[in-house]
Amino acid sequence: MRKATKNNLVTCGITLGFFVIFGILSMTGVLGSQLSGLLIPIGIYIILAISLNLTVGVLGELSLGHAGFMCVGAYVGGIFSIITQDTINPSWLRMILALVIGGLAAAIFGLLIGIPVLRLRGDYLAIVTLGFGEIVKAIANNIYIAMDKNGLHFSFAASITDIDAATKTDVTAGPLGMKAPQDTNLILVVVVLMICLVALMTFIDSRTGRACMAIRDNYIAAQSVGINVTKYRLIAFVVSAAIAGVAGVLYSHSITSLVSKKFDYNLSILILVFVVLGGLGSLRGSVIATIILYALPEIFRELGDYRMLIYAIVLILMMIFNNAPSFIMLRERIGASAPVQKIKSIFVRKKNTAGGAE
Amino acid sequence: MAENIKVAENTVPMLEVKSLSIQFGGLHAVDGLNMKIRKGQLYGLIGPNGAGKTTVFNMLTGVYKPTSGVIMLDGENITGKPAIVINRAGIARTFQNIRLFKNMSVLDNVKAGLHNHTKYTAIEGVLRLPRYFKEEKRTTEKAMELLKVFELDGEAEHLAANLPYGKQRKLEIARALATDPKLLLLDEPAAGMNPNETAELMQTIHFVRDSFDMTILLIEHDMKLVSGICEELTVLNFGQELAQGETSAVLNDPKVITAYLGE
Repeated sequence: MRKATKNNLVTCGITLGFFVIFGILSMTGVLGSQLSGLLIPIGIYIILAISLNLTVGVLGELSLGHAGFMCVGAYVGGIFSIITQDTINPSWLRMILALVIGGLAAAIFGLLIGIPVLRLRGDYLAIVTLGFGEIVKAIANNIYIAMDKNGLHFSFAASITDIDAATKTDVTAGPLGMKAPQDTNLILVVVVLMICLVALMTFIDSRTGRACMAIRDNYIAAQSVGINVTKYRLIAFVVSAAIAGVAGVLYSHSITSLVSKKFDYNLSILILVFVVLGGLGSLRGSVIATIILYALPEIFRELGDYRMLIYAIVLILMMIFNNAPSFIMLRERIGASAPVQKIKSIFVRKKNTAGGAE
Repeated sequence: MAENIKVAENTVPMLEVKSLSIQFGGLHAVDGLNMKIRKGQLYGLIGPNGAGKTTVFNMLTGVYKPTSGVIMLDGENITGKPAIVINRAGIARTFQNIRLFKNMSVLDNVKAGLHNHTKYTAIEGVLRLPRYFKEEKRTTEKAMELLKVFELDGEAEHLAANLPYGKQRKLEIARALATDPKLLLLDEPAAGMNPNETAELMQTIHFVRDSFDMTILLIEHDMKLVSGICEELTVLNFGQELAQGETSAVLNDPKVITAYLGE
């Protein structure tokens, strides 16, 4: 088996294992309701982190507006679900359609931003995505949509007045946000997460992913071997945006009241922190960093403000653990040490005997 | 009939450059260069520092757009075309300061060079359709073949950045050859090499020319390498052609000696 394939399988195993173990713990009641409630957001944030890793780690472009794409997906998916709540049943079919539509909407925005910006070299993408995130948030904060028997009503001014009160349904009400149906559950999140994870792995480990990494490593050399630089940057960026949109749909269907304030600059930076600390280009790193860094402040909630102190210390430790030469050596030594090798050899032998039986 | 073909081969040069010029503001970096390279030739472009040699390469590969002049590759006009179009037309190059894909494996570097010869779409790759496996297998085999030629197959899984200097140079040539070019441009291939490595490089270049049936144009400062392998030379000085012709004749030209050593 190839090294890349093996690595990918381990990452899938870790991710799936985490959710299976903690899902069972939460079902049997061992895990408190507070911690059980973390599983869905962790899954959603992992999707966001791995999708951002495609832009930042594989393509080598800085994006500071990932929350903006999530916001597009959350609102478009949410609006779709509210409008079709009575017409499309069962709910799982509606949810799948919402995921597809939310992802497509985010992809279209990614394309619109990418076409002008990704032709340029430099930090323009960071600047433009930063602005995009704020613009999307502001629009979502000021849009009013309501529905009655005559159809949909839009307004950017204030709540909608000329509406048939008897059949009125609010879709989204500006700063008050919207209430999408609660169609997200843990199994759906894990299924979508695994699909996104595997799709990203196969994307990276293909001709397309190689082209993206070649562009990241050396723009001029990539052109000199005939790689269409703009095309592959665009493909990777749009895929990244689409997956963020899908995460947004899951998010808007998992909380009782969605407000646009959530999708601010801090959220984009938080996701970027997950990606950078997990290791650029490493999907497994993004998964693990997201689990640790998202769960940590919640676990230490009783400590009040001190928990941010612990958070900071963990951030620094992760930086050192990933980058300091002495730690890298220590990790290699642990990997080569007798007990670890013994455990590894057990797995290898198992596989060999299984292969022999076939 | 056979004679006709031979005549045709002789009359259409692999690369023909006619009065090629480029200006950066008021500076005439290259001024009215003419050059004709036959198929299978080993051709040298030399000159003192700042003579405009790399600028010529950048125009030939589409990094710069010439101000005037014509570039014909195997009878096809490629003047001012974008870099990827020129690569597909059949020019590949290496760089003076090595430009590898440093954080990718040695094998993946060559596979990236085979990009346009790996024929499956992004969607086929993500969904792992049969064509992905077929093409990926073929690409890997071809890349390994190329690595074997340059004796890099043992390091296929290493990161390109971890290779020693001489092997990085070889990998760059392997990657350029992966694009299946008609004309290979080598920009100072012996820069930073010791005499042993240079001698080995000369063998490699000869080998590439013979076994890949390649036409090679190279920029070099190492006179031992130039006189050892180049069949014809063009000497540039301050953007203008100083001398042209067979290697031994050019290198003994008093004008050339003056340009290099001073009065």
